[in-house]
Formats: sequence, C-alpha cells, structure tokens
Amino acid sequence: MHGEIERDVRAFITDNFLFRDDRQALADDESLLEAGLIDSMGILELVAFLEGRFGLHVADSEIVPANMDSVRSIAGYVTGKLAVANAA
Amino acid sequence: MRVERFLTDGARRFPDKTALVAGGRRLTFSDLDGMSDRLAAGLVCNGLRRGERVIVFMENTWEAVAAIWAVLKAGGVFSPVNPSTKPDKLAYILSNCRAAALVTQGKLATAAAAAVASAPSVRFSVVAGAKSTPILPNALRFEELSAASEAAMPWDAGIDLDLAMLIYTSGSTGQPKGVMMTHQNVIAAATSITTYLENTADDVILNVLPISFDYGLYQVLMAAKVGAMLILEKSFIFSHAVFETIAAERVTGFPIVPTIAALILQMKDLAPGAYPHLRYITNTAATLPPAHIARLQELFPETLIFSMYGLTECKRCTWLPPAQLKTRPGSVGIAIPGTEAYVVGESGRRVAPNEVGELVIRGAHVMKGYWEDEAATKRALKPGPFPWERVLHTGDLFRTDEEGFLYFVGRKDDIIKTRGERVSPKEVENILYALAGVREAAVVGVPDPVLGSAVKAVLALAPGVALSEQDVIRHCARHLEDFMVPRLVEFRDALPKTDSGKIRRSEVQAELVDA
Repeated sequence: MHGEIERDVRAFITDNFLFRDDRQALADDESLLEAGLIDSMGILELVAFLEGRFGLHVADSEIVPANMDSVRSIAGYVTGKLAVANAA
Repeated sequence: MRVERFLTDGARRFPDKTALVAGGRRLTFSDLDGMSDRLAAGLVCNGLRRGERVIVFMENTWEAVAAIWAVLKAGGVFSPVNPSTKPDKLAYILSNCRAAALVTQGKLATAAAAAVASAPSVRFSVVAGAKSTPILPNALRFEELSAASEAAMPWDAGIDLDLAMLIYTSGSTGQPKGVMMTHQNVIAAATSITTYLENTADDVILNVLPISFDYGLYQVLMAAKVGAMLILEKSFIFSHAVFETIAAERVTGFPIVPTIAALILQMKDLAPGAYPHLRYITNTAATLPPAHIARLQELFPETLIFSMYGLTECKRCTWLPPAQLKTRPGSVGIAIPGTEAYVVGESGRRVAPNEVGELVIRGAHVMKGYWEDEAATKRALKPGPFPWERVLHTGDLFRTDEEGFLYFVGRKDDIIKTRGERVSPKEVENILYALAGVREAAVVGVPDPVLGSAVKAVLALAPGVALSEQDVIRHCARHLEDFMVPRLVEFRDALPKTDSGKIRRSEVQAELVDA
C-alpha cells in the first residue's frame, strides 16, 4: 500500500511539476522546495491531487514541510491519514 | 544622508533590539551592524572601490540582508538579482553593469559560476553557506569575511548623490534595464512610505516577497529606518506556517501582492479576527479585485488595508488612504507624501477627470535613469517644470475621478504584470524562438484570478514538428526566471501578421482577452 502511494505521488510530481535542470530523477527524500519544483500554486495542486486521489481532507495546518516537502514525507503523511481513517 | 545610516542609526538607538529574524536566526541591530561592517571591510580589503557594482544573487536570507548593507557601507552599488535567474541572464546583468563582485550562496554557486565565466569584470565573489570549496573563481567565504576582526571603516564610502543601487527590470525591448537609484532617491522613497504607513520601532514586519524585487527590498530598508523588526520568509508556499509566525511574533505589517491575497482567500481554516495585532496589510503590483478586498477585510477586521501602485523607476507612485477603501475600492489613490502624480494627454498637458492619459510622477524618488541606456532613459524621463528637473513618464494609462483619485487603466506597451512582476513578452518570445521547431511566437497576458495575468505562449510550429505544451514549458523553465515561464501554451497553424510580416501580438492579446 505504502509503495503504491509513493508511486502515485511520484508520478503526479513528475507529470505536473517542472524539473528546472536537465536531470529527470528525484530522490525519495529530496526537498521539493529546495529543488525548485514546487511553488504556491503547485502546493495547492498537490493538495487537490491528494484529496481527490486518496479521498482525504487536508487541513491548512497539515500543509507544512514535514508533510509535503518530499515524495517520502508525502507518502508517509497519506499513509498515516488513511490508517486513521480506516481505524475510525 | 546615505542609506546605510538607517542601520547604523538603528544600532545606536536600539543596539539590543531584534532587527532581523530569518532562517532560524535572530540578529539584533548591533549584530547586523557589526556583521555588515566586517563584511564591508572584507569587500574593501579585497579591492572593491567606491561606486563599483556588486550583484547580490541570493534567496531571502539573513546573509543577503547583511550583504546589502555591507556593499553600501563599502561605498559600492548593490544590485539584487532574483535567485531563479538563469546563468545567461545573470551573465548579461554582470556584464551590463560591469560588476566587480558577486555575493551568492552555496546552492546557487553552480549557476553563478556559469555566469561569471563569461563576465570578465567580476574580480571576486563571496559565497555564503558553501558546503564544500566554492567552485567560483576567487571565491571568499561569507562566514570568514563576516567574522574577521578588523571592523573599522577608514575608507570614504561617498555622499548621498552617489548611486546606491541598480534594480534590473524587464523592458519592452526584451533586455533587462538597470534602474539607477541614488542614496537620495532611496531615502526619499523610504521616508515617504514609512510616513503614510505610520511605521514605528514597535512594528514587526513579515516579508515573504523576494528581496530582489523592490517591494521586498524596501521592507528591509524601511524596517531598519524606523527600528522595526523584520521577519524574512523565503516564500508564501507554506501559508499556514506563515500565519503561525504572524501569530507567534505578533506581526503588525504584512506586505502582499494580489497573488498572495488570492492564496490567503483559498485557505480553509483561517478564523476571522484571529490576528488583532496585524495593524496593516499593503498591496501593490496590481489592483486587488474589490471582492478580494471585502473578503480580506472580513478575515482581518482590525487591519488597515493599503492599496498602492508603483513601478521600479520611482519605487512607489500612489497609495489609497484606507478610509477611502469602501468608497473607491478600484482606486490606487493619490501621490505618496512629498510627491506629485498626474495624468497627461498626448500633448503633455494635464487632462480633465475621467479622461485617460499617461501617469506622470514628480518627486525626489524618481530614478536617475537606466544604466548606460540613454535612449530608454530619454523615453522615460522628460523635462519637468524646472530646468534641472526630469519627470517620470510611467507608460501606464490612468484616469482620475472628480476628487482626484487615480485609477489604473492599462499599459501603453505590451508588458505583462504577473505575480506582481513585470514580464516582457519579447524576452519570453526570444527564448521560444530558440526552441527548435518554433516558427512563430506571441506571448500575451490572459486574466487569471490568482496571478493577475497569466503568461500565455501562442505558437505556430514548423511543418512536421511535434512539440507538447510540457516541452515548451520545460524549455522556458530552463532559460527564464520562474515568474516569466508561460503557464499556458496554445498551438495554431499561423499567427496574425502585418503586411510586412511582423506578428501582431496585440491582435492575439485582444482575441484572448475578449474571448
């Protein structure tokens, strides 16, 4: 499950955000912000994608670097949210 | 008086008061003053001479702020450049102003090195936060220079008629132009603005705008002038975290552009009235839609909202006293204190209320011209009422109402205003033509609720060429600053042209806006 989430998140980022340099790959724990991949609009697109794809409600207070700044942190955040939702 | 006096006076009046919070560090006025003294000494010891240009190519960091003060103290002229600038353009700017030095940071050193390689005027560079030996030639470490022991300033920095800064701005020709501002210019603008904002040492200003942009830069200068505390954030991307800082630091002043207003209004969990300490929000770059003003005022009922308008060539032109916001939400107000702003017709004579003409600005804040570009300077600065005076023709079309309040109508040229920045269609088209397969290109602005205008590329490709929207955007992203990269791409068989074969950009623009 976690692996699938990570794959979907990576696919979304690769398809929608622009690599500013010539490389094509992105490390799992690489900061999207530091890599220049994401801006204010991008973060909103990412949140809309997570809400649509995984049926989550993302609160403003969850849109923080700890949850949203790398493929790994996003997948971890989604996995955690889904676990809470399933337990409820 | 010279601009660096803002900081040295601040350090004398409030030595132990916090001046700057950035990147997890808190610096007092005396910390910042001492650090910039040492850095200035380092610049002078390494050969920087009075009047020489130093490019500050950095993100919103405390090191960038220290570097700006240091260049002024050393008697140099600083020029802040957006950190997303690509090497080709940075090289153009370095060569155009014959920069003697460059201050940058580890993360940007590769881009800087590529630019410096074709800019022989650059004798040395200073790199902050370099993790390994900087790849730039003659590179000095910011940390070593700013920690050096000799802090005395035995050199003569200059007088207030000297140039203080060059701000590069997009021109309709496609090449950026350096707006020349003397110490007197900067002081006049900063004094006028802090007067109507009623800034004091009790203010806490939070700035998310790039300090390479004059609106962001002046937050640094004005906070020092009044002894206020400045919090520097790199962006508004994590908006919730920014609002947490606004609450935790009891922020009193928050400068924004319409894009940030749109993003604030998309936040789901902001409670109205939760920030009673926020004394004012300022907006400039483009007018806020009246609906956004109303919703902002609901969220921040105790906060004064200042609608303003300006351009780099004089920093700020007008402000709307907040009491007028309800009656004239579409107006950008009146001339800033100590200056004059009026509308002229083709003949150069002032026009009657409601008649559209060009906005003209008089005042001590008006630039001295564009760096080594006499033709462009002559178009912008024209003879004023006195033989020694030149007034600024803004290229912006305005009208006034019966009471003299000003309203923005449009641009005389094709400059697109997006995300609060100016984009030259020509500059983007030049990059598009460098992409193999692009036969015809027109770049226009289309209305966008968040960006103001979104940059759109309309292209006709050579026969048999297949390019996707992503291909075009990726190409642009490699060669242009982020804000210039087209958000939208449209392919057509051909673009409308004049009889002589020139592409009619204005026709494409009109079609897309009316559609």
